[in-house]
Amino acid sequence: MKLSNFTKGLVKENPVFYQLLGLCPTLAVTTSLENGLGMGIATTAVLFASNILISLVRKLVPDKIRIPIFIVVIATFVSVVEMLLEGFVPPLYRALGIFIPLIVVNCIILARAEAFAYENGVLDSMLDGLGMGLGFTMSLTVLGFIRELLGTGGIVFFGNTLFQLPIPATISMILPPGAFLVMGMLMALVNYMKKKEA
Amino acid sequence: MENASVLTIVISAILVNNFVLSRFLGICSFVGISQKVETAFGLGLADIFVMAMAGVIAYFAEIYILQQFNIEYLRVVMYILIIASLVQFVEIVLKKVMPSLYQALGIFLPLITTNCAVLGVALLNVQYSFNLLQSVVHSVAAAVGFTIAIVLFAFIREKIESNDIPEPFKGFPIALITASLLSFAFLGFQGMI
Repeated sequence: MKLSNFTKGLVKENPVFYQLLGLCPTLAVTTSLENGLGMGIATTAVLFASNILISLVRKLVPDKIRIPIFIVVIATFVSVVEMLLEGFVPPLYRALGIFIPLIVVNCIILARAEAFAYENGVLDSMLDGLGMGLGFTMSLTVLGFIRELLGTGGIVFFGNTLFQLPIPATISMILPPGAFLVMGMLMALVNYMKKKEA
Repeated sequence: MENASVLTIVISAILVNNFVLSRFLGICSFVGISQKVETAFGLGLADIFVMAMAGVIAYFAEIYILQQFNIEYLRVVMYILIIASLVQFVEIVLKKVMPSLYQALGIFLPLITTNCAVLGVALLNVQYSFNLLQSVVHSVAAAVGFTIAIVLFAFIREKIESNDIPEPFKGFPIALITASLLSFAFLGFQGMI
């Protein structure tokens, strides 16, 4: 069991900014800090659970049909998360809409199952899932924060206004074009920092 | 949307709610496979094919299995299995029946399984409670919208290749900013319906 399995997903191998996985939910649901965070946590839960289960059964799964099995495992956990969200946080469930069932086709989860959980022990896979999930959550939260701030001029978190900036709201930032724009700018920033490090 | 006419569905899916540029479905392949117009077009065609079939099969699965036995909560599991096996099946059939088309689409077919546009269109059909005709029209129109967006995007990217772009913006960042401008253009259709 190595702690680096947990920390690598946060920055060094961040699923969104370094591996470019799971762009659809990243762009679609980050209209606010709250939605970004909610989606991140939902995905982390699925990733964590599927990594654990797949590493537990990895010796029983025949090599040839491993992908369909991974997909069924992931789809099952997604259904569970979907029902939990619907029951306990209906506003978030409505805000994320179709992107909750679409966690199934989020490449991050299948990629971790195939590249990590299928080849490593339970504890390591658990840390890997948690790290990658938190890295994903962080990216979505940052994106949601920037878009909500520029798009509405302030941040509202579960009904409480955290702060309000004296700037005019640029509504297009919370519309689809804003998602592509902010993501492009952030990625350029990441590239710039990578260059500087090297 | 339940009583939407065929024309409304077509215009809505292609222009107003374009799958890529306003619903964010299929972004991975949109950004990943758009360096060349030709391959972008090939992926678009494969997508039209698979999405139309997924729309039909998912519709029958919904009516005759999920609703019949009251197991709607298994929808996600069922749909993803349908799509994954459909793609495999299409691949095998094409290889035998139309080798030339298979050659053209070959590498894109497996990629489509994880293209969220396919699962997305099947789920949206249920959400809007479309009937069979509406489902088929919506699936095909959505895929056509995807193809238009990815081909337009590939044209622009081919041009960008020869431009002088600041170092940190090369590759993905400039592609995303291009997509942003394209998305602004499609925002103009918003008032149509």
